[in-house]
Amino acid sequence: MHVVYPAVVAALLFSIGIYGVLARRNAILVLMSVELMLGGVNLNLVVFDIWLRDRLHGGQALALFTIVIAAAEVGLGLAIALLVFRTSRTIDVDAPRDRREDRGPADDEDGSAAAAPAAAGAEAEPGAQ
Amino acid sequence: MTAQEIVFLLLGVVTVGSAVLVVTTRRLVHAALWLVVSFGALAGSYLVLTAEFVAWAQVLIYVGAVVVLLLFGVMLTEAPIGRSDALDSGNRWAALAIATATAGVLVTVVVRGFKDAYLPPRPGGGTAGVIGSSVFRGWVLPLEVLSLLLLATLVGAIVLSRTDVVREPSDDHDDHDDHGDPADHGDHDGQGRGDA
Repeated sequence: MHVVYPAVVAALLFSIGIYGVLARRNAILVLMSVELMLGGVNLNLVVFDIWLRDRLHGGQALALFTIVIAAAEVGLGLAIALLVFRTSRTIDVDAPRDRREDRGPADDEDGSAAAAPAAAGAEAEPGAQ
Repeated sequence: MTAQEIVFLLLGVVTVGSAVLVVTTRRLVHAALWLVVSFGALAGSYLVLTAEFVAWAQVLIYVGAVVVLLLFGVMLTEAPIGRSDALDSGNRWAALAIATATAGVLVTVVVRGFKDAYLPPRPGGGTAGVIGSSVFRGWVLPLEVLSLLLLATLVGAIVLSRTDVVREPSDDHDDHDDHGDPADHGDHDGQGRGDA
C-alpha cells in the first residue's frame, strides 16, 4: 500500500481542522475541529510507525497517548466552556470582551454582549480572541 | 491498485467528507454526529493499516466518550438545536484561504516526499499484545506521566465546574481578603452571580 494515500488523508484532515478552528464561533465546534486536527496527526503517527517498522512501536504508542491527551483536552475545554457560559451566557469565542488586553479605560464593555455586535468587532480586532 | 488501497481510499473519502460536513454544517448536533462518522471511518482506516489496538481505542475513546462529552456540552450550554447561522464567525473566507494554503503545502510536500514509499504488507504489527508489551516495556515513564496528567485534568475540571468556590470578579474588586473563609465569600459570590 502506498504511503501517500494515508498521508494525504491526514494532511486534508489537518487542514479541515484548521478551517474549523478559524471559521467557527461556537466553542464546542472549535473543540470538534481541534479533534479533527488531532485525528490527522494520529493517522500520520500510525502510518509512519507501520512504514518504518519501529521496533518499539513508538508511533502507535504515541498515537494512543495523543488519544488520551485529546480526551483530557476535551474534558478541560468543556469545563472552561461551561464556566464561560455560566458567567457570560454565551460560548462564542469572540463574544467575551472583558478578558481582552487592556487598551484604555474607554474599552470597558459588558462581557455579556450579544453575538451580533461582537461579530462586527471580530474582524477589526483579531488579537482580542 | 490493491484491494487494501481501494478500501483505504473509500474510508478516506468518508473521513474527509464527513470532516468537511463537521466544519460546515449549520446545525450543532449534526456536527457532533458527523464527527462520529468521521472518527468511525478513521478507525476503519487504522484497521486497514493493521493498527488494530489504536483502532479500537479510537472507537472507545473518540466515538464513545468524546462525542458524548461534546453532546453534553451542547446540551448544557443551551446551544441552538436547530438551524443557526451564528455558528460561523465573520472571518470565514480568511480561514478558507489559510486552510487551502495549508492543504496545498502539506499535500504537495507529502506527495513529493513519499511517492516511492510503500507500506510493508505484513499483518500483525498492531495487535493488543504487541502494543501492550511495547507500551509497558519501552514507554512506561510516558505512560505514568500521562496518568498523572489525566488525574490533574480530572481535578482541574472538577475545580472549574464547581459553583461554590470563591471567584472574585476583576472589575469590582474591593479590598477584602481573597483567601479568607470560603463559606463567607461563597454566599457573597452566589448573590453576585444571581443577576448575571
